[in-house]
Amino acid sequence: MQTQTTPITRTVDARGSYCPGPLMELIRSIREGQVGDVIAVWSSDAGSKLDIPKWIEKAGHRLIGIETREGYDEILVEKLR
Amino acid sequence: MQRVVILGGGVGGTLVANLLVRKLRRQIDRHEATVTLVDEKGQHVYQPGFMYIAMGGEKAENLSRPERSLLDDRVILDVARAVKIDEANSRVDLEDGSHLEYDQLVIATGSRIVPEEIEHFDTEAHHFYSPAAALRLREALDAFTGGRVVIGIAGMPYKCPPAPLEVAFLIESELRERGLRDKSEIHYCSPIGRAFTIESVSEMATPILEEKGIELHTFFNVETIDPARKVVESLEGEEMPYDLLILVPPHRGAKVVIDSGLSPASGWLPTDHHTLQVGGRANVYALGDATDLPLSKAGSTAHFEAPIVAERITAAVQGREPEGKHASYTGKVMCFFEVGDGKGTLLQFDYNTPPTPPKPNRFWHLGKIVFNKTYWHTVPKGRV
Repeated sequence: MQTQTTPITRTVDARGSYCPGPLMELIRSIREGQVGDVIAVWSSDAGSKLDIPKWIEKAGHRLIGIETREGYDEILVEKLR
Repeated sequence: MQRVVILGGGVGGTLVANLLVRKLRRQIDRHEATVTLVDEKGQHVYQPGFMYIAMGGEKAENLSRPERSLLDDRVILDVARAVKIDEANSRVDLEDGSHLEYDQLVIATGSRIVPEEIEHFDTEAHHFYSPAAALRLREALDAFTGGRVVIGIAGMPYKCPPAPLEVAFLIESELRERGLRDKSEIHYCSPIGRAFTIESVSEMATPILEEKGIELHTFFNVETIDPARKVVESLEGEEMPYDLLILVPPHRGAKVVIDSGLSPASGWLPTDHHTLQVGGRANVYALGDATDLPLSKAGSTAHFEAPIVAERITAAVQGREPEGKHASYTGKVMCFFEVGDGKGTLLQFDYNTPPTPPKPNRFWHLGKIVFNKTYWHTVPKGRV
């Protein structure tokens, strides 16, 4: 799987946080990061799988993939700009 | 002797203090317990009223009263600034060099606005999170003769989540009444993918935005303000030109909790959803805006959390388990929501139950006005 081999620059553990918490955590991480960084967002909120990809598209970054883990989703994002 | 120290004289701190001295009356009378509230200014401010300075003819002097006048006589009030919570020694250091030792600590230090985190915010953007800013917004609205009004949110979380939507609705009504609506555009910029964080509220508000011709822009996270071009730019790469810019400023938790290492840099205290204890500590509680709970930063939240903190501390002092309906917090919040044209609705929810707002009507608008006027006699004293 691509998501298992992608080197992750930083992980945002937003498990237990409700929408829009995980998205806001990702935004904070994107603001602080460098172009090319790969950010993994861990979210247990089902809404994140919908909201975060929509935001990534609007903000011009790249969704690498979404993996379902035990009790949460891992969403991988590459900062493109 | 059990010493309870409460930091902050807002809704949460004041109510916890008043509830505690009732529940611990016997221990206080026997000099076995004390309840001390530390507040920086000794003034209790009704912050939900600020919006009405801009939108409803409210005056700042009606929104502030001496904290002492709201406290039961058995509460000790210390007007001082807490500069550090020294956990190792179970004490709070005050700015004047003295300190207060505690057995139980309640952190109700609220949130603060940090507009300075965005360059040009102070000179370009209006807001309604202080009496002075709300008055300045009122003056700007009085001088407004038409153009692009942009309303947005420059950081989450922030106090009173419905407020920017309410302001959009109220400004739209006002511009219509003043005959300026045809000469104006109103743009509402939401940082997330819909109009409001809670889906059911978003579903209620979005058709009202459409009906009133207020244009909704989603995923607009304010990044910079360009005063030369009168444009606000988003992290997502959009530009929004404005003639009148109204932004919710970024918010942070209190400096004292950051400086004491109790919270991350955001200042929001890691708080148990049900016990309201901070970071697993048995004798430190947080409530109101100070917490990191996934709930509205609003007086209402503090109002419904306060009985739980009071019950749990009372139980600890009396050497028993917390009991009754206030043993654990369910996430209950209730707040009014203005939609303009003299109408409002009510949001009531908890951790597990999203709100189902009734159709906006005049009753809930009047409910909010009456609540604002009677607040001083009800909430801080624990009468509702």
